[in-house]
Amino acid sequence: MYEHDGEQYFVVDSHIHFWDASPENWVKGQEQYAKGWIECFHAYQSLGPPETHWPLEKFQKYSEEDFVKDVFGEGHVDVGVFESTYLKEWYSDGFNTTERNARLAEKHPGKLITNGRWDPREGEAGLRQLEQDAKRYGLQGVKLYTAEWYNGSRGWSLKDPEAAPFLEKCQELGIVNIHVHKGPTIWPLDKDAFDPKDIDVAATSFPELNFIVEHVGLPRIEDFCFMATQEPNVYAGLSVVVGGLMHARPRFFAKVMGELLFWVGEDKMLFGSDYGIWEPKWQVEGLVDWNYPDETFSDYPAFTTESKKKILGLNAAKLYGIEVPEKYRLPDEAGTPAARDDAELVEGRA
Amino acid sequence: MTDRERVLDALGTVYDPELDEPITSLEFISSCDVSADGDVDVRLRLPTPQCAPNFAYLMVADARSAVRRLPGVGGVTVVLEDHYTGEEINAAVGRGEGFSEAFPGETEGELGALRALFHRKALVARQSRLCEALLAGGATPEEVTARRVADLPDDPEARRCIELREHLGIAGDSGAPAFVLPDGQPIAAVDLRRWLRMAQLVRLSLETNGGICRSLLRIRYGIPDPEEVAA
Repeated sequence: MYEHDGEQYFVVDSHIHFWDASPENWVKGQEQYAKGWIECFHAYQSLGPPETHWPLEKFQKYSEEDFVKDVFGEGHVDVGVFESTYLKEWYSDGFNTTERNARLAEKHPGKLITNGRWDPREGEAGLRQLEQDAKRYGLQGVKLYTAEWYNGSRGWSLKDPEAAPFLEKCQELGIVNIHVHKGPTIWPLDKDAFDPKDIDVAATSFPELNFIVEHVGLPRIEDFCFMATQEPNVYAGLSVVVGGLMHARPRFFAKVMGELLFWVGEDKMLFGSDYGIWEPKWQVEGLVDWNYPDETFSDYPAFTTESKKKILGLNAAKLYGIEVPEKYRLPDEAGTPAARDDAELVEGRA
Repeated sequence: MTDRERVLDALGTVYDPELDEPITSLEFISSCDVSADGDVDVRLRLPTPQCAPNFAYLMVADARSAVRRLPGVGGVTVVLEDHYTGEEINAAVGRGEGFSEAFPGETEGELGALRALFHRKALVARQSRLCEALLAGGATPEEVTARRVADLPDDPEARRCIELREHLGIAGDSGAPAFVLPDGQPIAAVDLRRWLRMAQLVRLSLETNGGICRSLLRIRYGIPDPEEVAA
């Protein structure tokens, strides 16, 4: 919870990690990739305010104490959502696995949600694993990393026919939140890797699922916006947008926020810090304090206290069924369940 | 002009296909050496080790072609440094092979369609800047859309528009309409405002991407930032 100017904000950080990228975890023979990956992330951290930069050693592997302090203690986060990233080709125990995340989540009941993963290239075995993970971790969501290497393949697409059975399985298991990272490698390599059109296809075929496009398709904001504006179940995940732009490129940040508010709308934008790339504290505080820099932005929708409350926590709380204490809710929605729950009540499926 | 300057000039005609900016002004050239015998060795660097391999390949291959076209050069080596697929890309480009040979089985074809897609985006972005300048100068939408290529200013933005039109097969002779859709049809006055609204977003995407790339390159290689973090 963050309180500022007499307003209280319930904070759901929809994108956090607890990774181990220390040299002990690098796969033999793949060290250059493991090292390159984490150093690339570390460079991104430098886009935040200087006082929030960490030394590389801490960045490679931060402790539970760091996590608790940075996220819950100083970071104002009420509930965090773990997005798992495996990268087992490069990291022996994985980079940031569901298992590792879930171990930490168990120690903080009600405060951490663990998302799983799947990869269509794993076929039948992958489907069985997803069922087991769903049971074991009570999955409500998954993070899909289409750029992941697997047996010599450097990525995949949500449009691949192999992905459909996994999306069907998610629907069947009640894993409704599909977070998708668009990455620098996706098969086939001759296409634009960041193009979010494959999400468009999946979102239309699976209207019951919510597709959260992490990093709003950066650097293809236009493709993302044109798509999201047509798909009611596509959401904008703001990780990297806030962390990477708010401090380093404030005028671009203002334009990107303006465009997202215009095309996607404040009901479909979710705050995510991408911790440990960036700490949530300065991002939450900065967002609550933020407004357009000057009148040249006056054509964009207003960014109100209500917008901030929704984006910082209330929108994600709806997607994940998080109980928000009455005092943090917006007046018109206090006590009102999400529309989808209404529909289910009417249809007698609840 | 020294041999090295000629080579750098040639490299200045190579664009990052995704950002539509020359690789020289993006500071992607980490070194450029010309030996007494005229052999050229160029090293390229990118903002991250994970930059997309397809765009990386195009820049390496384009740089090699641009330098090889210069009269009197000897052997030409262009090497992409510190990249996770650098080995594959350097080997294929060095042998004069295409992208699909760099990554056998991982592509459906060459990169022509990808390049054209980004040429179209770049044309939209650049035309929108020219249009906005005209509107800001008091021109009406009718006046803007009535402009011909011959009416365009003689500046880098307009010249690049003509180049992009050539790449896309859109007529760019002096009598052709100055502002066109990707199919070469002129933008209608009545559609101009709506077109600009979409174009603004395309432009923002390119510019934001360029901004992030510049920041990351500076951090990665310790280059001082002349436009230091705005508050």
